[in-house]
Amino acid sequence: MAYLELDRVAKQFGAQTVVDDFSLSVGKGEFISFLGPSGCGKTTTLQMIAGFLDPSRGAIRLEGKDLTAIHPAKRGLGIVFQSYALFPHMTAAENVAFGLEMRSVPRNERAERVRAALTMVGLAGFEDRHPRRMSGGQQQRVALARALVIKPSVLLLDEPLSNLDAKLREEMQIELRQIQRTIGTTTILVTHDQNEAMSLSDRIVVMSQGKIEQIGTPQETYEKPASAFVSQFLGKTNDFAGTIDRTVAPTQLVAGSWRAPAPAGVSGPVIVSIRPERIGFGDAGLGAKIVTRIFQGNHWLFQCDSECGPAIVIRQNDGQPQPAEGEAVHLTWRPEDMSVRARAGA
Amino acid sequence: MSMAAEERSARAPWALTAPALMLFVGVLLIPLAMTVMLSFHDWGQYKGIEPVFILKNWHEIATDPYYAEMFWRTFRIAILTTLLTALLGAPEAYILNRMSGRWKSFFLLVILGPLLISVVARTLGWALLFGGNNGLVNKLLMSLGVMRSPIPFMFTETGMVVALAHVMMPFMVLSVWAALQRLDPQIENAAMSLGAGPVTIIRRIIMPQIMPGVLSGAIIVFSLSASAFATPAIIGGRRLKVAATLAYDEFLNTLNWPLGAAVATLLLIALVLIVVGSNALIERRYAEVFR
Ligand SMILES: Nc1ncnc2c1ncn2[C@@H]1O[C@H](COP(=O)(O)OP(=O)(O)O)[C@@H](O)[C@H]1O
Ligand SMILES: [Mg+2]
Repeated sequence: MAYLELDRVAKQFGAQTVVDDFSLSVGKGEFISFLGPSGCGKTTTLQMIAGFLDPSRGAIRLEGKDLTAIHPAKRGLGIVFQSYALFPHMTAAENVAFGLEMRSVPRNERAERVRAALTMVGLAGFEDRHPRRMSGGQQQRVALARALVIKPSVLLLDEPLSNLDAKLREEMQIELRQIQRTIGTTTILVTHDQNEAMSLSDRIVVMSQGKIEQIGTPQETYEKPASAFVSQFLGKTNDFAGTIDRTVAPTQLVAGSWRAPAPAGVSGPVIVSIRPERIGFGDAGLGAKIVTRIFQGNHWLFQCDSECGPAIVIRQNDGQPQPAEGEAVHLTWRPEDMSVRARAGA
Repeated sequence: MSMAAEERSARAPWALTAPALMLFVGVLLIPLAMTVMLSFHDWGQYKGIEPVFILKNWHEIATDPYYAEMFWRTFRIAILTTLLTALLGAPEAYILNRMSGRWKSFFLLVILGPLLISVVARTLGWALLFGGNNGLVNKLLMSLGVMRSPIPFMFTETGMVVALAHVMMPFMVLSVWAALQRLDPQIENAAMSLGAGPVTIIRRIIMPQIMPGVLSGAIIVFSLSASAFATPAIIGGRRLKVAATLAYDEFLNTLNWPLGAAVATLLLIALVLIVVGSNALIERRYAEVFR
């Protein structure tokens, strides 16, 4: 049973359709990420759930009740903004207490819950600091505590970590995931960072130009991308132009000198996509020459010039000898590691 | 760096600011010092100004209740004007800030436009509308039978406060506007998501954050109103004098320059003390919140 449900939601600004036909059902306690490039409508979707924007079409339901009929102040959602939007004239504790005050929580209980929330985000002892006197990471934690202390039915996070430096971002990711696991709040995270979406979410909603490209677990979206956009956006990928060879039986899929039995249901010119870490060097296969070889500690990165255009290959640094720059090699992969789709305009 | 270069770079700021400093000393400090000195000179109807050092003028100002009343009126008018501009200007800036694109620039122009028109013209406008039996509004109201006699406006403190508030309004709106620009655009949504209604948002979230803007606007409006000349001169004339119009009268009508100088000096000292004092208070009060 869906906890939060978006049913063919769309948003238009004048003639411009910013979000279109957005349907999603979120289970209770689930961690969902909206992933997509800047301007694809992630924030707009989140703001419709929060109630700061009204959908042009479609319905949003929480536990079966129409959410759009409820005023944003009464929805009881916790929201962390990209800019944090802390109240600069209040201390950290006052910021966190604000939502409880609005709910007329008695003073003693309020103080107790504020302390617990600040401790949870690792800010015990910072109660009396003003936001301007805190670092970006600390402000981020206050914003999280402020959103969580009201025990929201859904936690909405709009690029919460994008203003932090790389190391802090990684720390906060782990912490965010732990906190979410502990308290079990249904969470929607907006991000344009695929690593962040992968490492945090139960499911990812990949968006492009206001439309959903794919909904799936991080593994599904990475390994079985539903479209070229998804495979390009989620990490590096190799796209080779291939053809179906019907002169032999059974029919074969051919890319350069690489060939394998053709998967069922494909015909004509195709695009073959393979992740770089799924390609190996073999005795036969797609002919290629190593252009550059880059050592990256736990793996090697090869840039190759293949029969089907440029290709990248990633090999684990497992102690085996690796081909040198300029060496001629053959690229091979298992048929189950590739995804094949029809080649448009050919 | 060599010693010579160091010396040169230490002198450079002084050399670069010298022209401005000279101008400052020449047209501000020297006349100011002369005015202060003038206030200690003697004056008589027939002997004119006598360059001696006496406390006669200061003694007169300190003991004659006429001056106390006049200074008190000056500051009363300035305070009321400041309150009025704050009460009207802060909401005005807030509403303006919430308007969308085209309307925003249009109304900003409407508010700032008057700055391009001379204060005299703007004040005379009020006189045309409310000036005695011939004022346009008064005539209209009387012909409609709403009023029996004209609204008292000319030569009243109320008239002066209203006209001054009109003249000073852009300074308050601009100052609050600047404070509003520093607000996080999502701050109201943040408060709303935590359950705050519109009144609570304005009272608990917006007001405390724009208060420094209101207060600095108030300092500007207060000091400009207390030292204003044109508006009090037109509305109050010689019947209802304030410090600035009194000093003017002493200089140009009575020709008692030393007394005028004493009035002007006292006004300046009082203003500087009030402005510097309240500025320090504001900075201390908001240091915690605003760097
Ligand atoms: N209030 C608005 N009026 C008009 N267009 C808007 C408005 N808000 C967002 N947009 C447009 O909608 C698109 C999606 O914006 P947004 O949801 O903020 O993207 P994202 O969060 O994915 O980066 C952008 O092209 C943006 O220009
Ligand atoms: Mg966004």
